[in-house]
Amino acid sequence: MAVLMAIGTGKGLFLARSEDERKSWEVSGPHFPMSGVYAVGIDCRRATPRLLAGATSSHFGPSVSTSDDLGASWHEPDHAPLAFPADTGAALARVWQLKPAGPGEPDVVYAGTEPSALFRSADGGVTYEMVRALWEHPHREHWAPGGGGQALHTVLPHPHEPSRVLVAVSTGGVYRTTDAGSSWSASNSGIKAYFLPDQFPEFGQCVHKVVQDAGDPERLYLQNHHGVYRSDDGGASWRSIADGLPSDFGFAMVAHPTRPGVVYSFPLTADAMRFPADERCRVFRSQDAGQTWEALSDGLPTEPFYPSVLRDAMCADDADPAGVYFGTRSGEVYASADEGDSWRLVAAHLPDVLCLRAAVV
Amino acid sequence: MSSTVLVPGALRGETGGESRLAIGSAGTLGAVLDEVARRWPRLERRIRDEQGQLRRYVNVYVDGADCRLTGGLATPVPAGAEIQVVPSVAGG
Repeated sequence: MAVLMAIGTGKGLFLARSEDERKSWEVSGPHFPMSGVYAVGIDCRRATPRLLAGATSSHFGPSVSTSDDLGASWHEPDHAPLAFPADTGAALARVWQLKPAGPGEPDVVYAGTEPSALFRSADGGVTYEMVRALWEHPHREHWAPGGGGQALHTVLPHPHEPSRVLVAVSTGGVYRTTDAGSSWSASNSGIKAYFLPDQFPEFGQCVHKVVQDAGDPERLYLQNHHGVYRSDDGGASWRSIADGLPSDFGFAMVAHPTRPGVVYSFPLTADAMRFPADERCRVFRSQDAGQTWEALSDGLPTEPFYPSVLRDAMCADDADPAGVYFGTRSGEVYASADEGDSWRLVAAHLPDVLCLRAAVV
Repeated sequence: MSSTVLVPGALRGETGGESRLAIGSAGTLGAVLDEVARRWPRLERRIRDEQGQLRRYVNVYVDGADCRLTGGLATPVPAGAEIQVVPSVAGG
């Protein structure tokens, strides 16, 4: 079994490959050197997995590239693969998310961007068109930039019903469509926006990441800008599952790929203290959909630990047992081949890690 | 009327390695870049965004003058002019 991990960093994309049951990893790169790679995808719906990378050069702008040979070569169309229509007056600043749709739409890939918009590809992620109804939503002009920018950073296509898609925006909150993107509704009931006068507004929350339960697509887990939540109704309502975590602040959240009720978090102390909770390097896992949490630290550094883990810098692969991975802003990548029970350092001294994805290839 | 675009090393992958591009258009910098967009679209979109604005950290000089001080895309490009594309000093 070979597992490939794509590591997007502030200065390029690194690829790590393991051929020995994830015991050792060979790291190569950087691809797109000096470009910030905020979004990567590994689309395993194809006979040969397709890699997707959203790279942004501080000089020459953003783009999206694909590789059908696991990173040996990259393809980028002559004309911009992802661009805002002329009438919007907007220009792409960064691609924050590249997300293959469900198995029923094998050529559909979604992209979330800055400025906040959703794009859809019908050719496997080579070229994209903006989803206009979300761009024209009357709420959009009221969305505000978070610390990282004004971005649509999370896309969750429903695995069985292609007309249903959930997105999350910082700041703006969660929005859902049930008609293939023709209309969108804010879906933030129960999510707190402590930084607004009305702390439970219809929209305006600073949602950091949303993930889907492996067994029930109506069950979702959400890391908020303070607040950890679960929805059991597809995002219509949310309730706190933060009890048992050392902090309700953080960016990353990962659902186990196959085991229902299993979800991972990397808590940070607070908005104003963005260090790992208690200055310890720990992943927290719940195996009961957020009712209880356990700290996982076997093999992780034991000394005081200060780097944070960004919203897409934690992921799981699709092996059995599942691998879980996280990367830090100090350029380290840790991996667990046993669902989080134990960890090892698999890459160090990289640029700051922005995003991770891993899959059996 | 013709002009020449000088391509920085970092962008020569978009021109098949060419460092000097012979451009049939002149008149304005915008017209020159429009021709670049037709003939070398990947090069042009490294220089301008999809709304046609010069990217913030790309500088363009027409016969040695920074176009941002001479009218931007409306900067006159006389016949025989050299248009130099230079990544600005930025980043860390």
